[in-house]
Amino acid sequence: MRRWEVLIEHALRACALLSVATTAGIIAVLAVESFDFFRTASLTEFLLGTEWTPLFADQKFGVLPLVAGTLLVSSIAMAVALPMGLLSAVYLSEYAGPRVRRVLKPVLEVLAGVPTVVYGYFALLFVTPLLQQLIPSLAGFNALSPGIVMGIMILPLVSSLAEDAMRAVPNGLREASYALGATRMQTSLTVVVPAAFSGITAAFILAISRAVGETMIVAVAAGQQPRLTLDPRVPIETMTAYIVQVSLGDTPAGTLEYRTIFAVGMLLFVGTFGLNLVSTWLRDRYREEYA
Amino acid sequence: MTVDAVAAARPVPEPGTTRRRVFDVGFRLVALATLCLALAALATLIYSVLADGAGRLSWEFLTSYPSRRASAAGIYPALVGSVFVIALTGAIALPVGVAAAVYLEEYGTHSRLARLIEINIANLAAVPSIIYGLLGLGLFVRMLSMGQSVLAGASTLALLVLPVVILSTREALRAVPGSLREGSYALGATKWQTIWYQVLPVALPGILTGLILALSRAIGETAPLITIGALTYVPFLPDSIWSPFTVLPIQTFNWVSRPQTAFLENAAAAIIVLLALLLSMNAVAIWLRDRVQRRRAS
Repeated sequence: MRRWEVLIEHALRACALLSVATTAGIIAVLAVESFDFFRTASLTEFLLGTEWTPLFADQKFGVLPLVAGTLLVSSIAMAVALPMGLLSAVYLSEYAGPRVRRVLKPVLEVLAGVPTVVYGYFALLFVTPLLQQLIPSLAGFNALSPGIVMGIMILPLVSSLAEDAMRAVPNGLREASYALGATRMQTSLTVVVPAAFSGITAAFILAISRAVGETMIVAVAAGQQPRLTLDPRVPIETMTAYIVQVSLGDTPAGTLEYRTIFAVGMLLFVGTFGLNLVSTWLRDRYREEYA
Repeated sequence: MTVDAVAAARPVPEPGTTRRRVFDVGFRLVALATLCLALAALATLIYSVLADGAGRLSWEFLTSYPSRRASAAGIYPALVGSVFVIALTGAIALPVGVAAAVYLEEYGTHSRLARLIEINIANLAAVPSIIYGLLGLGLFVRMLSMGQSVLAGASTLALLVLPVVILSTREALRAVPGSLREGSYALGATKWQTIWYQVLPVALPGILTGLILALSRAIGETAPLITIGALTYVPFLPDSIWSPFTVLPIQTFNWVSRPQTAFLENAAAAIIVLLALLLSMNAVAIWLRDRVQRRRAS
């Protein structure tokens, strides 16, 4: 009986350790293939080069155009998701009654649960034609439309995490502010939001990480042309969309082109993992502040 | 409420009070309008998909194989593939996820190892799904030679949803009252007997709710399956876990990428089927959650 119990505990621990093994597996797979890639291509060219043409006869491996595309779309997404998410969070946390919240929160959850390929469809076939009526020079594939749609997709994440942070602010702070004659808006903006600042920042950073790693919206609606530009009207390519493009083609395993997706993936993983760590650290801080 | 009452009862308004109250109302309206804008976007999305695709929905569309002619093409292999992959994903993720959660919640609660695993799970939950695709490509497809099979796809998705399953299972376990465990121990049951016969049955509805929500995320995933090399044109049904496959989101992506309008209509119709599938999964999850809450309340 005793040995059986110990055996079970070991089996359970092994399952829990599988998550650590997953992280290790991700790092190992990316590192091994990237290592092979950098035996042929130069690391300096990869990080600083301004041309990305691994699928052409004249191969150039400068990743900056993909990075620029990723940052451009993510910035547009954040420009939509941050203000809207924060305002929604303030409303849900400081203004809405429990009944309104019970209706609104599940609807926001639905928004977060829509598959990203559906958002891609929406960006390409609804938002882009709509924007083209306002901006005639907008290309059929561009950074603007997927950026805006991605912002809407990320909004629920920003809103729900920021709301959690605001609701963790002790009521005593609000009451003190009201007692001094402040309105709800003044209390929200000058007391609650600053008090929840580290939690709200954590939400923002996690949202950036989500935008950087988002794939299908850009794969559908942003085009597949790596170019170093800040112009949101022309087709671009993000790091994630490039990985999809190569995966869809018939690039044989073991070739240099095939390994590029692991090198790009490594860069993507390091970037998002760094953002996630900062976000977790900030969130733990606000949990401590009011624990 | 009370604050408003105090403000209303104040006999002489101070200078600037009206302006501040106008600002307050204005701000409230702007915040509410923002929320409504987000909801309007959702409504527009659903409307545009319905308007584009409803005309293509038919029994033939559900039971036909893909075709070069848009009007003859259907989603049968993709639909079967999606259901197959998701069922296998659940079959892998449920035992492993529950076991990991039981360990973290009931065994290693305060150990440093458990803390490390917790931090790791939180970070894994935020890793982009396409990175899991690269892991699946390197590990399952190549190293373990599973090829571009249903098993490789389901294994990849299982790793992807594992953090969600673990987190929701832990919550379900935490909600089981401690008195239940103590009662079981008092009768001489061992730790595992207590967990297996007392704790898990009580936590089961909560665990299943979490699993369904996790799977409803997995069923919409496209990028990791494209990365492991799932096919885009599959004119046959997957008949075993080793067989090649495609899923609804990939079929949708394939049709969206074509210029002909007829294929775009197919894409919209496929999206309707996907959303209907998602909706029914969520409905089951909500029904389960409600049942749990009612039982706790009574």
